Amino acid sequence: MTNHWVDIRNADVVLIMGGNAAEAHPCGFKWVTEAKAHNKAKLIVVDPRFNRSASVADVYAPIRTGTDIVFLGGLINDLLASDRIQREYVVNYTDLSFIVKDEFAFKDGLFSGYNADKRNYSKSSWDYALGDDGFVRTDPTLADPRCVYQLLKQHYARYTIEMVERVCGTPKDKVRQIWDLIASTATPTRAMTIMYALGWTQHSIGSQMIRTGAMVQLLLGNIGIAGGGMNALRGHSNIQGLTDLGLMSNLLPGYLTLPNEAEQDLATYLTPRTQKPLRPKQMSYWQNYPKFFVSLMKSWFGDAATAENNWAFDYLPKLDKAYDMLQAYELMHQGKMTGYICQGFNPIAAAPNKAKLVESFSKLKFLVTMDPLATETSAFWQNHGVFHDVDTANIRTEVFRLPTTCFAEEEGAVVNSSRWLQWHWKGANPPGEARSDIWIMSALYLRLKALYAKEGGAFPDPIANLSWKYVHAAEPSAEELAKEYSGRALVDLYDPKDPTRLVRKAGEQLAGFAELRDDGSTASGCWIFCGAWGPSGNLMARRDNSDPTGVGNTVNWAWSWPANRRVLYNRASCDVTGKPFDPKRTLIAWNGKAWGGADIPDYGAALDPADGAGPFIMNPEGVARFFARGAMAEGPFPEHYEPFETPLAENPLNPGQAQALNNPAARVFKDDLPSFGKVDEFPHVATTYRLTEHFHYWTKHVRLNAITQPEQFVEIGAALADELGIANGSRVRVSSKRGVIEAVAMVTKRIKALTVDGRTVHQIGVPIHWGFLGAARPGYLANTLTPFVGDGNTNTPEFKSFLVKVERA
Amino acid sequence: MALQSLDIVRRSATTTPAPQARGAHSGQVAKLIDVTKCIGCKACQVACMEWNDLRDEVGHCSGHFDNPPDLGGQSWTIMKFAEHEHADGSLEWLIRKDGCMHCADPGCLKACPSPGAIVQYANGIVDFHEENCIGCGYCVTGCPFDVPRISKHDRKAYKCTLCSDRVAVGQEPACVKTCPTGAIVFGSKEDMHEHAAERIEDLKSRGYANAGLYDPAGVGGTHVMYVLHHADQPELYSGLPKNPVISPFVSLWKGAAKPLGLLAIAATAFAGFLHYIGIGPNRTDEHDEREAEREAQRLRAEEHP
Repeated sequence: MTNHWVDIRNADVVLIMGGNAAEAHPCGFKWVTEAKAHNKAKLIVVDPRFNRSASVADVYAPIRTGTDIVFLGGLINDLLASDRIQREYVVNYTDLSFIVKDEFAFKDGLFSGYNADKRNYSKSSWDYALGDDGFVRTDPTLADPRCVYQLLKQHYARYTIEMVERVCGTPKDKVRQIWDLIASTATPTRAMTIMYALGWTQHSIGSQMIRTGAMVQLLLGNIGIAGGGMNALRGHSNIQGLTDLGLMSNLLPGYLTLPNEAEQDLATYLTPRTQKPLRPKQMSYWQNYPKFFVSLMKSWFGDAATAENNWAFDYLPKLDKAYDMLQAYELMHQGKMTGYICQGFNPIAAAPNKAKLVESFSKLKFLVTMDPLATETSAFWQNHGVFHDVDTANIRTEVFRLPTTCFAEEEGAVVNSSRWLQWHWKGANPPGEARSDIWIMSALYLRLKALYAKEGGAFPDPIANLSWKYVHAAEPSAEELAKEYSGRALVDLYDPKDPTRLVRKAGEQLAGFAELRDDGSTASGCWIFCGAWGPSGNLMARRDNSDPTGVGNTVNWAWSWPANRRVLYNRASCDVTGKPFDPKRTLIAWNGKAWGGADIPDYGAALDPADGAGPFIMNPEGVARFFARGAMAEGPFPEHYEPFETPLAENPLNPGQAQALNNPAARVFKDDLPSFGKVDEFPHVATTYRLTEHFHYWTKHVRLNAITQPEQFVEIGAALADELGIANGSRVRVSSKRGVIEAVAMVTKRIKALTVDGRTVHQIGVPIHWGFLGAARPGYLANTLTPFVGDGNTNTPEFKSFLVKVERA
Repeated sequence: MALQSLDIVRRSATTTPAPQARGAHSGQVAKLIDVTKCIGCKACQVACMEWNDLRDEVGHCSGHFDNPPDLGGQSWTIMKFAEHEHADGSLEWLIRKDGCMHCADPGCLKACPSPGAIVQYANGIVDFHEENCIGCGYCVTGCPFDVPRISKHDRKAYKCTLCSDRVAVGQEPACVKTCPTGAIVFGSKEDMHEHAAERIEDLKSRGYANAGLYDPAGVGGTHVMYVLHHADQPELYSGLPKNPVISPFVSLWKGAAKPLGLLAIAATAFAGFLHYIGIGPNRTDEHDEREAEREAQRLRAEEHP
């Protein structure tokens, strides 16, 4: 979240789209009810289904799954055409006035630089035009035909309200009602928050959907202000912490990135990441990248990371391609990955195309699962009849199941969607032989280290030299690890401006990432967490909920990354002189000498606004981007592409352009192409989702949850049920190109048939929570149906849009 | 239940007067369920099961979100989901937490023939004391909201206690404590009326012209109340009765009929007494015995010709 849960109560309009907060985040949803009850907020829900969030919404509109960019692109077009934008905000704080390179173009549904064979883009034309001074050229009048404003207007001119109705299936009057309500927040005195989750991420164009939402928020001046923001609702209680700590195949902690194959030396790696300002006097925070990176390497490798060995840069793997989960299972399928350690993850259920997954896992030599529960993955070799019909005798994979502790059986920090690191304490001892993940991984590490010491190896250095200075080597404590990721001084640190002043003594915890250095004198395992365990102790354990200004920021409750800041980009809540746009929702203000207020300024604390630095200091241009430059795989402006399984023969936004039907930059493995279904064989559109009564595939193991939602069902609109003669409560068969499931039919008025491109499209809903193990009645894993393709940037699987055929069972 | 610390003001099938020395100085309590804030998450159901140590069967999906599908000995509260389509085609998903309404004038208590099986406390809570329950099911008939259920396990009647055990020690009911959206609140009946008024004003500003409080007069008001968007049509919410009243049979039986019945019993006893005093106890002689034997043979012959 750019903002945080409590802040939602400051919103005047709440848009839930690409998520179902009431259903999937019922506790956080309390802040929506607060906003409604005490801030007179209006709640808008746009979703394929009239869901639990819609049940308490002021306005609900249906939409065909996968078409959100059309809905929001149309809104951008409408806001620009009617000039309902916060002009002062967008002119000063976004790139609307920036001039784009002449070579950049959009034609036939594709941006300039496309390579059809490789299915990717050469992005050199996707950039701003620089002047002779090395800074971006701008036109503050926004009149230049090559400025971002004009290009944006031109790009979304095709996204008319008629096009929205035709592609999304959303009735025009509903679209108009919602757009007008959203546009009402273009004034500085009103704010809208957007709450989204997997309903946006799990599409082949998911990242671009989120970007379109962010662009709407920028036009309305809703980023950086109380009650605004782009708020990603994280599903698993610590999944925010997972990405923060870099547990993705391409990341290092704190959103630093692994080098790629071409970056074989430190300078080549650091230069493009150490971003120089693109505007005069701009503060560009990524200029500090070397400080964060060197401190990380010192944290990991201690004395073995030296200036002479480039801080052990050679220890890091260099990526030849993305190694996301789809890639991993593809490699298994090809027999090129033969061992797999699966920690806190149930991929047989959570990754797409179960049939392919079972084939892939069956080719492994060994599989290790670490989980508190007996997951389907750990039992993938067992035959469970119709629900999981495998030939056990022919699966040679050796499976090791290591029971781990659950969150309540250990202490430590959990990072929530609000970016708060909240320390929690152990509530119970683990059962039986369950061990913490830390114990298991430490044991593995110590054994590997001993083996290398004994037998040698090709390149033992990263293992041999890993810093492991814990009191109990076999199980480092949560406190030790927290202090390590927060960071400490390795030598006495003196103030660079006043060398006589001692800032930190050697060994002392650091107060924040501003104290990090690139000379090897500081260590921090995750720069954005730096200060969480500061010189005064564990700030994550704080429980002071006082809120002196009443804006809800509670800065002494736990600790929020970065720097305990509660609302990101909060500098943008003030005008160029440093005065809050809306005094009622003041976060920070400039008092003539310094910034201060209810939040930690996202800006230089003493940076005079008169100097003119922009508020988006993580971008070297200092402003927010409508034009993403080379950051996205599909193009600098979000463009609508149909899901890989679509009921349409062509993309109505790009008629006659076969290459622009689906995301042209999404990775598709050759073997998977035949596994995509067509509308003539699979005429119904399906989407998967979660229910309040269950959490993923965990709580089906719990009797209480099983009582409240015992048996697998699919939701089918009354019109489709009538057409197919399906009675409520009867059993239906749902098939896709990849498999078949059977479930109870829940016939409902809450899913309406939509008119899309002149024909009727029926959507059905497939809740995901059942499987072949657990206390609930056994069911089919929903990923039996879903396609093996992901988002063009993140490769998050397209669980939200695919084609099926529904029949009476 | 002797261990309870709340003051009982009414007790089923009991004519001795209730204790009156203690007064309900802290007022009467009420639970307010704002269905317009409710997201149907069922956390209240789970909290109820956990606090009261109840575990229903892992059932089936019957084509609805309602699970378990009905109140029962192991399910004292359930969510009921109703899809309602208006004439203009707009849809509402009306979700209501169902359970005991804790009537000021409880039909169950009136109908109950077993002394002390149903009680009403000074704070308004109506509670079942199952150790006194004879499983006759009259409370089920007597309830205008169709709430009590006879358990399959022990043939005794169960329903929501409004967590009388928690309330007695100054805690809110478990469902209230767990509700994530604040749709269920608890306090004095007066405060709940005030809270409801604020909510109704908000709903009217959002176009719900008929928003209102459900606190039906036909049962003397209730200690579980609802805020409804459509207070004029409570039956939209899975059949919440519009004008609930105690069944006339229960009223008749325990109302006008009860003194008559008592009078009849007393008259019979009195007649017997007079007979005893005046004529003496009934005795049989040999003639009576022979007559009786003949009559018995005749009846047996009729049954087995």
